[in-house]
Amino acid sequence: MKTVLKTFAAALLLGAAAMGVAKADPVKIGVAAEPYPPFTSPDASGKWVGWEIEFIDAVCAEEKLDCVITPVAWDGIIPALTTKKIDVIASSMSITAEREKTIDFSDKYYNTPTAIIGPKDQKFGATPDDLKGKVLGVQVSTTHSAYAKKHFGPTAAEIKEYQTQDEANNDLAAGRLDAVQADSIALDAFLKSDQGKACCDLKGMVAPDDEVLGPGVGAGVRKEDTELKEKINAGIKAIRANGKYDEISKKYFDFDIYGGGGAQSN
Amino acid sequence: MPPALPSAARASNPGATLIDALLSASAAGIIELLSPYPPGWGGTLLLGLLHSIEIAVGATVLGLLIGTGGAFGKLYGGPVVRDLLAVYTTVVRAVPELVLILLLYYAGTDLINQALTAMGYQRVDISGLAAGIAVLGFVQGAYSTEVIRGAILAIPQGQIEAARAYGMSPGLMLRRITLPAMLPFAIPGLANLWLIATKDTALLAVVGFYELALATRQAAGVTKAYFTFFFAAGVLYLILSLVSNLLIGRVEAWSRRGMPSLKDAR
Amino acid sequence: MAGEATLINAAARTSLWLQPHRIMLILVAVALVLGAAFFMRWDWLPQYYEMGLLGIWRSLWILAVTCFLGFLLAVPLGLAQAAGPFWFAAPAKTFCTVIRGTPLLIQLWLLYYGLGSLFPQYPWIRESWMWPYLRQAWPYGVLALTLSFAGYEGEVMRGAFAGVPKGQLEAARAFGMSRWKIFRRIWLPQAIYRALPTLTGETVLQLKSTPLVATISVIDIFAVSSKVRQDTYLTYEPLLLLALIYMTITGILVFAFSKIEARIPNKIG
Repeated sequence: MKTVLKTFAAALLLGAAAMGVAKADPVKIGVAAEPYPPFTSPDASGKWVGWEIEFIDAVCAEEKLDCVITPVAWDGIIPALTTKKIDVIASSMSITAEREKTIDFSDKYYNTPTAIIGPKDQKFGATPDDLKGKVLGVQVSTTHSAYAKKHFGPTAAEIKEYQTQDEANNDLAAGRLDAVQADSIALDAFLKSDQGKACCDLKGMVAPDDEVLGPGVGAGVRKEDTELKEKINAGIKAIRANGKYDEISKKYFDFDIYGGGGAQSN
Repeated sequence: MPPALPSAARASNPGATLIDALLSASAAGIIELLSPYPPGWGGTLLLGLLHSIEIAVGATVLGLLIGTGGAFGKLYGGPVVRDLLAVYTTVVRAVPELVLILLLYYAGTDLINQALTAMGYQRVDISGLAAGIAVLGFVQGAYSTEVIRGAILAIPQGQIEAARAYGMSPGLMLRRITLPAMLPFAIPGLANLWLIATKDTALLAVVGFYELALATRQAAGVTKAYFTFFFAAGVLYLILSLVSNLLIGRVEAWSRRGMPSLKDAR
Repeated sequence: MAGEATLINAAARTSLWLQPHRIMLILVAVALVLGAAFFMRWDWLPQYYEMGLLGIWRSLWILAVTCFLGFLLAVPLGLAQAAGPFWFAAPAKTFCTVIRGTPLLIQLWLLYYGLGSLFPQYPWIRESWMWPYLRQAWPYGVLALTLSFAGYEGEVMRGAFAGVPKGQLEAARAFGMSRWKIFRRIWLPQAIYRALPTLTGETVLQLKSTPLVATISVIDIFAVSSKVRQDTYLTYEPLLLLALIYMTITGILVFAFSKIEARIPNKIG
């Protein structure tokens, strides 16, 4: 009886799953489904483009991995990794001690300073005193939200958390926020857009805090996937050495986004 | 300290005004944005709509299957089956769809895979489409159960007794009498469920699932034409509802063929 | 004596309800709850306890305000459709069709991201007294949920107004009541009585719609649970607790409405 039941249950499960079975082999690269230019964003034809997409494609090509870009909500990107909906997170995720409790990271592949932007018609800087009484926007569960809470929490009127960087930027342009803190490159892309040019400018870089901001951005993998992690590390090293990394970066940036060796520049 | 905010090399097109950026108010701009061919985003939206319809159809069919089983279980099942079904319909109807979708989306695939590995089978990859259909179908099933149960109860008792008197087997009676006789009573409720299903697909956007709402959000995020795109998506959903209403009217008339018209009955 | 009778009655009902298989099911449920309590991680609870209570308070507040305002709006919408001339009926019908034909999520995003991003380009809006409200998220959430409730309930009110027997209105007219008096004394109360049974369902549906405001950065109980998920990387615990909270609120709502309905005379019409 038990075996019959077991087979029946398995058949049911398989049946339920059968319509969704894909080929098990390709490595699924998880990126946030929400646009994060210039790193990851969809174009009008639904293709994913940006620096990070080209970067991870180059790593995969180097290591002969069959990679497919799989968009998932940023909000659930770590659960998506741990429940094997994706195999790698390549979505500008900073390496932090807190995240390393749950997942593993590859070596960092870029590291850029953290900036604060605000409306053009207001003059202020990027210190806790400057943000006194202001409404600051950050993306949820990022190093920036952790930093903002630690350093600006006591002085700012409110720290608003957004599901995507895009929404925070949009609310700044719509006058609902007084300032936004995020990665300087992502903010720079926004300031150069028509919307950003019209409303906002750079207020400054925040004071460093390596403990919160971490050593940079790495690719997230499950703790047990050490082989995959080694492959990605080898791939990063190889494209750093053979010039592919610089070649891709030159298309997007006019400076080195890899950041200084050990110590951060800011 | 870094010298200044690093600048991205990607140039944005100059000369556009703030209003253009926010509203893309010019008719030509809107047409260009919504054009079905890239760089217009119309194609993306239509693809999203197609996904939404696929999920809604799948979820409604799955919901119907669960609902039919559930209704018969509630009416003719043993005490344990009845109580379990009561728990199922109560819980699903008391908890917001958004919460259920998140729970089932993460838990569902995880549980299936854990069950499969526990029984010694290979774990399977569940595609987004299958997961979306399963999750919404599970929710729809609870509502369908109640609709179909009510419809079966509305069948004149004499018809079922007559079938029994003819010595029909339960299977034959189900196929020949119960299902066809129940249909006219069930269709208004089921039609309503179909409309709810089409609208509930939008909730899947929150788990990063590619359908019309997420496609719209991506398009709006990249182009910053929030108003244009959300408005366009609203129009697409509305068209879907109106067309559905038209078809539902036809189906209802067909299912009532040979019955006294509602107006005469009053 | 009477007290004893009710006691026996209650005991009989309990024994009827507590059949052997139910006891088994309850034991299974208790085991599941205990298992969840012991084997899952709940150490985050003390830290988010206050935030959670505030979130529940916000959800309930949004629910109450939007249901109340939505119902006020539904009355004219229903009346216009049931008895109004064409130029009142047509816009009301269009409004209900559009609200019912599009997802609430899209309506919410259209208002917050679409409409809200148009305001700041007009200096007079930025300088007006409304701006401190317009720059927050909750007014958009309240507006969208109110319109949604009005759209669905407006359709119900249309049927309720149309369902009041003609004879009653004719009798009122025969008494020489003015039109306003007929509406206030006869038509509206009767229509509301007729619509009341649907209110329970509509209010529960509205409760289930409130978590959508979390997508426009309002911190309701759903947003608090998302925050816990994002801070702790736990997937199931915050969601399970959230489902339990919503079930409790629904249960209380249904119970309260059944009490209210029992007090209202049902012999009407």
